[in-house]
Amino acid sequence: MEPQDLTKVVLLACGSFNPITNMHLRMFELARDFLEDTGQYIVVRGIISAVGDGYKKKGLIEACHRVDMARLATDTSDWIKVDAWESQQPDWVETAKVMRHHYKELVTAEQNNDDVDTAKKRRIEETKHAFEEPSSYHTRRDDGPQLKLLCGADVLESFGVPNLWKHEDIAEIVGRYGLVCITRNGCDAHKFIHQSEVLWKHRKNIHVVREWVTNEISATHVRRALRRGQTVRYLLPDPVVSYIREHGLYSAESEQKNADVILAPLQRHTGPSSS
Amino acid sequence: MSVRIPLVLLACGSFNPITNQHMRLFELARDHLHQTGQFQVVGGIVSPVSDGYGKQGLVLAKHRIAMARLALQSSDWVSVDDWESQQPDWTETVVTMRYHYGRILKQYQEGTGKDSGPTTNSHHLTSSSPRLKLLCGADFLDTFKVPGLWLDDHVEEVAGRFGLVCVSRGGLEPERAVHESDTLSRHWRNIFLVSEWVRNETSATEVRRALRRGLSVKYLLPDSVIEYIHQHNLYTGDSELKNKDVLLRPFTKQTEMLVKTLDD
Repeated sequence: MEPQDLTKVVLLACGSFNPITNMHLRMFELARDFLEDTGQYIVVRGIISAVGDGYKKKGLIEACHRVDMARLATDTSDWIKVDAWESQQPDWVETAKVMRHHYKELVTAEQNNDDVDTAKKRRIEETKHAFEEPSSYHTRRDDGPQLKLLCGADVLESFGVPNLWKHEDIAEIVGRYGLVCITRNGCDAHKFIHQSEVLWKHRKNIHVVREWVTNEISATHVRRALRRGQTVRYLLPDPVVSYIREHGLYSAESEQKNADVILAPLQRHTGPSSS
Repeated sequence: MSVRIPLVLLACGSFNPITNQHMRLFELARDHLHQTGQFQVVGGIVSPVSDGYGKQGLVLAKHRIAMARLALQSSDWVSVDDWESQQPDWTETVVTMRYHYGRILKQYQEGTGKDSGPTTNSHHLTSSSPRLKLLCGADFLDTFKVPGLWLDDHVEEVAGRFGLVCVSRGGLEPERAVHESDTLSRHWRNIFLVSEWVRNETSATEVRRALRRGLSVKYLLPDSVIEYIHQHNLYTGDSELKNKDVLLRPFTKQTEMLVKTLDD
C-alpha cells in the first residue's frame, strides 16, 4: 500500500498515570507496531491524557505532578506527547468527552495543514460539525485521521462495571472512534467483546493486541514499593524516579487521599442519567 | 549498631543484550540484602561471558561489553568487567568468581583510599574485606541439574564458599531448585532468595526476537543501548543462527578434561 493510502491514527491513552511507568510507555509501542503491521495504518501521534484530580481515586496525587512525570517520561519519545487539558478541568471529564475534544483538535490541525483540496476541506468541515452532535456518533468518515483509545484489558472489562460508564459513551467510543486494547489474555478480551452487544456490533473497531511478553509494572505496585522504601529503578524512566524522590511523592499518607470519597463517575451516574 | 558485612554482587551471563530486567536484579538484590540487616552492598559487577561460550545467537563480546557499559553509565554502583570476556577460552563461573574475589581482596588490603572499581562505596562503614556473591535469576539454579554443565566441586564452591543471591522469575520457584539439590540445600544459609513481585518476562531472548522482526524494544532497555544496536545492526535473523551447530563450551570442556585425566 502506498503511504498516502494508509489511514493516519492517533492513539489516546487516558488514565491516572499515578505514576507513569515503563509499562504505559510500552503499550504505545506495542499498539503502534500492531497497527502498522496490518499494513492499513500509520500511527502519527500518541497522546497521554492524565485524569484530573476530580476523579477522586484513592491515592491519586496532584495532577500537576502526574503531568510533569509523564512529560519527563516522554521526553525521549518523538511521537508520544502529554496533553494536560483533561487534567486541568475542574471536574472529572468522561472519556468520551475527552475523545471528542482531541478529535476536534486533530481535525482542525489536519485542516490547517491541507492545501487547496477544497473537496477534502469540505469533508473535514462536515466531519467537524458532525462531531458537535453527540447523537450522530455513527457517522465516521473513512478518510482523515482516526483517534483511537489505547487501553489495557482492565479498561475494556470495566465497561461491564455498573454505573461506571454511560452506555451511550461506550457506543460512541467504539462506534465513532475505536479501541486498541493491549492484553496478555486475548481469549478473555475476545470473550468479553463477544458477550457485549455494543462491543460486538463495533468489533471491527476494536483491535486486541496480544502482549506475548508479560510486563506487569502496575502503578499500584510502584506506589507500594515506594511507600516501603524499595527500589523502583528500571520500572519507570530514571528522570521520573528522580522526580518522585525530589518531591517526596507517594507515602502512606498520599495513598489515603480520597479514601472516604466516591469515585467521580460512580457519583455522577447513580441516579437518572443525564446526557 | 552492629557492623554489616560488605558485599559485592557478581552477575555472570550472556547479556545478549543487557536489559532493564538485568539491571533491576541488582537493585532488588541490594534492597533485600540491606533489609536483612546483615549486609552492606558495596558494589555490583556485570561480567558478560566470552565468545568461547558458543551459545546460539551470541554476538561478539566487544558489543555486549559496549552495550552493558552504555546501560550502566547511569548507575553509581554497578559496573561492567571484561576480564571474563577477554579470556581465550570459556571460563567456569567459579573461576571468574575466584578472580574477582582475589581482586577485591587485594584492593581492600591495599587500603581504603583507593578509588577504583566497584568496591569504593561505604568502605569506611565496614571492618572487613568485601565478600562476593553470585547474583542470578531463578532459572540459573535449575542449570545446576543439567548433566555435564557444572562440576560438583564448582557447585560446592559457588554455594559454599561464596553464596548466591537469586531473584525469582515468573512462575519459577527457586525454593524448589534448592530443595532438589543436596549441595544447595546444605548451603541454604548462603543462598538468598529474593521475590520479584513485578511479573516481567522481558528477557534478552524476547528482545532479540522483537529486533529481528523490526518491532520496538523501547522502554525494555536503555535508549543508548537501542541506538548502539541499530548503529551496529546487531540481532538479525543471521546473528541468531550463529553457533547453531556448535556445542556449548562447558560440555566439550568437561569432556576434554575427563579425557585428559584418563590419559594421565
